[in-house]
Amino acid sequence: MLTYTLKRLFVALLILIVVSALTFSMSHLASDPAMAIAGETASAEDIKEIRRIYGFDQPIWYQYMAWAGKALTGDFGTSYHYREQVSTMLAQRFPTTLTLGICALAFALVLSIPMGVLAAIRPNSLIDRTALFVAVLGQALPTFWFALMLMILFGVQLRWLPISGNDTWAHFVMPAIALGYYSTPALMRLTRAGMIEVLNSDYIRTARAKGLRPPTMMFKHALRNAILPVVSLTAVQFGFALGGSIVIETIFNLKGIGWLSYDAILRADLPVVQAIVLVIACFYVVLTLAADLLNAALDPRIRVR
Amino acid sequence: MVAIDNRSAEQILEPSPLAKLRRRIFGHYSFLFGAGVILLMIFVALAAPLLAPHDPYYTDLSKRIQMPFWHADTTPEKYDPAHPLGTDKVGRDYLSRLIYGAQVSLLIGFSAMIISGIIGTTLGVIAGYFGGRVDLVINFIINVRLALPVFLVALSVGFVFGASLEIVILVLGLFLWDRFAVVMRSITMQAREMDYVNAARAIGVSTPTIIVKEVFPNVLNSLTVVATVEMANAILLEAALSFLGFGVQAPEPSWGLMLNEAREFMFFHPWLLTLPGLALFLLVLAINLFGDGLRDVTQARERA
Repeated sequence: MLTYTLKRLFVALLILIVVSALTFSMSHLASDPAMAIAGETASAEDIKEIRRIYGFDQPIWYQYMAWAGKALTGDFGTSYHYREQVSTMLAQRFPTTLTLGICALAFALVLSIPMGVLAAIRPNSLIDRTALFVAVLGQALPTFWFALMLMILFGVQLRWLPISGNDTWAHFVMPAIALGYYSTPALMRLTRAGMIEVLNSDYIRTARAKGLRPPTMMFKHALRNAILPVVSLTAVQFGFALGGSIVIETIFNLKGIGWLSYDAILRADLPVVQAIVLVIACFYVVLTLAADLLNAALDPRIRVR
Repeated sequence: MVAIDNRSAEQILEPSPLAKLRRRIFGHYSFLFGAGVILLMIFVALAAPLLAPHDPYYTDLSKRIQMPFWHADTTPEKYDPAHPLGTDKVGRDYLSRLIYGAQVSLLIGFSAMIISGIIGTTLGVIAGYFGGRVDLVINFIINVRLALPVFLVALSVGFVFGASLEIVILVLGLFLWDRFAVVMRSITMQAREMDYVNAARAIGVSTPTIIVKEVFPNVLNSLTVVATVEMANAILLEAALSFLGFGVQAPEPSWGLMLNEAREFMFFHPWLLTLPGLALFLLVLAINLFGDGLRDVTQARERA
């Protein structure tokens, strides 16, 4: 287990190094950050001066090392537009996005696990078909259009929920539903498939033969085993939800990381965009790493591969 | 004793594999629905110049936001029978723009899928066939790609290089190959161990020929299923990018862009938002149903 953990940790670290180098070099080679800072009215002299102050005249690998070294200590530099520490800006916005992500996944799990279980108990029944229908709809619904439709119905016409801002819990209801519904199909299908497999296994047959009460059997024996892959998928989906929150936060004017990244792109605020890409990548890598290690701890066969 | 076979002729004569396939296809309603809608959309996209009642770019400021036909009774003064689905904020015919929008979505979805398919399949097949270090390296590349947030990177690229239809195709094509690579890798690994591949290797067939002639035909089914998923994905991402202003640019009739332009009318004319979204939803739904159905229809073993 130790060798496996070390190996996976090493790979995860390597991934982050490559991702950060890619983001850094692409953004610096493709656009001139000095121009972005100086604005359109700046003279050639000003731009030259800015280049010197910010160190853009140095070779790219040197700039990267300097940036990465600071990033390791949590210092992502200063925003070109807001003249504020990027790490402070991220820290301010992060709770909003985290709340949104957790609410969205909670909604997805509340919807998908019971439906997946019920569908697995009676395959091809009415419940199973309804669950499949919900899943197929969820896959095809464009998230942002679904969000707009929710807004029109519950925000504009029924006036039940606020359509913009992030002041109260009510502001999170529609964004969480829109974002969470996207994760529902995958989670539900996995729950259903896992449950069907477990319910056909020998030990469930034994439990049934022993005369165990169906609810005990369902929850204590079957669901517990079927839920394992769902846990690791939830981790991955959480990473996706962070990425998907850009469009949802923009629509609902929910000022989290996603909203900030869109704002930063519009203002060519390079340090902010770089930091967000890196933070999201970090999240993804850490979550998949945790899921892999969890699976390896539970299933010894994975470790030797 | 001679056993008397009293089964009917139909029972004795096994239907041919083709007849079985035909029966599976025509018994699978969601597959038929998906295939039907896709064909319809392709037809609409190809025949757009013939089907569209108006020029989708022609603006008429005197006819801004005409109502669609179902609002004709309540607001007769704002309804023009020449525009059954109304007009947008600069008086362009909405029906014509929706029809031309099918071209944009299908073009982007298909091109991005082809590019990512070529990249992902190549990487996946190479990793799966050679294994070892090659596999390790390619697996690492796949993981790096998965760690990059596609949508954020696509937005940034759109900002830096200027958003356009070509850029969207290129970015999505260069980013959506991960599933192709993952699926192709694992299937090729299985195929590599098959007897016919070993036999080919034993009689001295070269490795590229084995991959192209022996391995590839056997992974084609799974490839098609992944292709439908990625095409649907590309279409959804294009719409979201265009909606945020970093995809297809005005005055092109992209459904995502139409949603962007309609957003300010959310309060008084929600139908402007409903229609392009419905078109988008229907196309993606059809592609997904087609892909799911294809898996059911072609994979005989799993249904048993």
